[in-house]
Amino acid sequence: MLIRDLFSKHIPTEPTRNGFGRGLVIAGQKNENVVALCADLSESTRVLDFKNAFPKRFIQMGVAEQSLAAIASGMALAGKVPFIASYAAFSPGRNWEQIRTTACLQNINLKIVGAHAGISVGPDGATHQMTEDIALMRVLPNMTVLCPCDSIEAEKATIAAAEIDGPVYIRLGREATPVFTTARSPFEIGKAQILTKGTDVAIIGCGPLVYEALKAARDLEKAGIVARVINCASIKPLDSKTIIDAAKTCGAIVTVEEAQIAGGMGSAICELLAEHFPVPIVRIGMQDEFGQSGTPAELLEHYRMTAAWIVKAVKKVMKMK
Amino acid sequence: MPPRNHSLAAITDPGVRKLELLANTIREDILRMLTTAGSGHSAGPLGMADIFTALYFHILNHNPKRTTWADRDRLFLSNGHIAPVRYVTMAHAGYFPVDELKTLRKFGSRLQGHPEIRHLPGLENTSGPLGDGSSQAVGTAYAAKMNGESWHTYCVMSDGELECGITWEAAMFAAKNQLNNLTWIIDRNNIQIDGYTEDIMPLEPVHDKFAAFGWNVLEIDGHNMRDIINACDRGESTWEAPTVIIAHTIPGKGVSFMECEPSWHGKPPKDRSELGKALKELRTLEGKIEAGE
Repeated sequence: MLIRDLFSKHIPTEPTRNGFGRGLVIAGQKNENVVALCADLSESTRVLDFKNAFPKRFIQMGVAEQSLAAIASGMALAGKVPFIASYAAFSPGRNWEQIRTTACLQNINLKIVGAHAGISVGPDGATHQMTEDIALMRVLPNMTVLCPCDSIEAEKATIAAAEIDGPVYIRLGREATPVFTTARSPFEIGKAQILTKGTDVAIIGCGPLVYEALKAARDLEKAGIVARVINCASIKPLDSKTIIDAAKTCGAIVTVEEAQIAGGMGSAICELLAEHFPVPIVRIGMQDEFGQSGTPAELLEHYRMTAAWIVKAVKKVMKMK
Repeated sequence: MPPRNHSLAAITDPGVRKLELLANTIREDILRMLTTAGSGHSAGPLGMADIFTALYFHILNHNPKRTTWADRDRLFLSNGHIAPVRYVTMAHAGYFPVDELKTLRKFGSRLQGHPEIRHLPGLENTSGPLGDGSSQAVGTAYAAKMNGESWHTYCVMSDGELECGITWEAAMFAAKNQLNNLTWIIDRNNIQIDGYTEDIMPLEPVHDKFAAFGWNVLEIDGHNMRDIINACDRGESTWEAPTVIIAHTIPGKGVSFMECEPSWHGKPPKDRSELGKALKELRTLEGKIEAGE
């Protein structure tokens, strides 16, 4: 299900946004109603691929995120399947109400693509490091929230988003990160994938940090701890069965995300398990603070999101069993 | 895309008179339904009764029995709080029984406090938060142009929402894309919840602002049926630019103690007695219309 040489120093890397760019072109080929709107960021959000393939179906909005959402919703009301792309800090950061009213309350086909999410945006600093988007989108009725772990999964998530009815949020990163799934890896909205079979602890992650979870699992194995790593790309709907099974079998969970732990994927898992099968949980993510400038590697280390920190979190949570 | 080729302006004097009387009946029903509901907005709906009557009974190409008909004209409402005037006009146009107006704002009603497409067929959008409806109308008009459709998109909106940034984002977009299949109708009644618009946040010169944004700008008396119809006709016959109709209206039109009074923006008649006083004034207005005054 994953690439063969998972921990090779030469593992290919690519930003998840590139997978979105490819997926959007494929979605456009499959459905002539797919259109793309962009708020002055067509190159860096990778909407440019779609613009080149379907120039008449690309709409330049300028720096106007509120109307980006509402005008796209108006197009959806007329039968289009609009993808709106910007940086997550601005969309859904700036246009939450338009998304709530025009996309979610009306329950229409608006697909929101938030690029440059998380702190691994790096040198741009805290203004551009969106860490609250999962919380903002997850709380909205009718919304689907996807956070793909690599570019291949991002491509699949984009195609899947175009094919379901209703609003979808897709969270993307800026940095080139390991491509560790393959064309044959399963992806389904509402399903989480068990990447390693283990029974001592479960590590549930989303986005490119899932690769750090896999590295942590490799390191833990040397200490005799066998971890079940789960890729939870579909944050909403959540795969309750896979997560509850993991809680029952492993008895302790670490969640990993490049987002605020308040309201994020880890919160969603805590909510689910608190009601159905409470087990000790430690959440890795932004601990109620903003990021800063730095290299992605420096920031992931500083905010305790790397494999070494996941290993520590596992040891901590296992003592709480 | 060429403008649509039909003349709305061909209407007889008795035809105009009939619309004016219907608008007055709609005003009466607005006040009855608001009194029954016990909450809701009075001023805006009364002020927009003439325009909604003209739209549903003369201007729009629509069919109450086929609400999803692909070639219908689209009427968006951006200031959702004036929903009562739309509900009453739709009921009279045959979208649902007039009797259902009694359910406004009640639990289980299709007539939500602010209008919602998930409850009532025949609406084009869910509205309330200002600025969203006008922007969605722009998106729908854009999609219609992409597809080479010939139907027209209208949006009724308030002057207060000219204070929203999104309104001007959408205005720039509509002009850039030469959406001549789009008409915004602004209810220029000069009031908003907290007072007079020019005290809260001066909007003038509205005409010049839209002209500077590249729109075809028309300014009318929003209670003059011929003005309303002619302006919509001109909007539908325009090349290369979206049209905005600045409709000067009297909030609370027809009821002297409500007219131009900001305190009537967001409340209904308080009881049957106050309703009775208001209806009496509307019957006087009806007499004047019949007499051709």
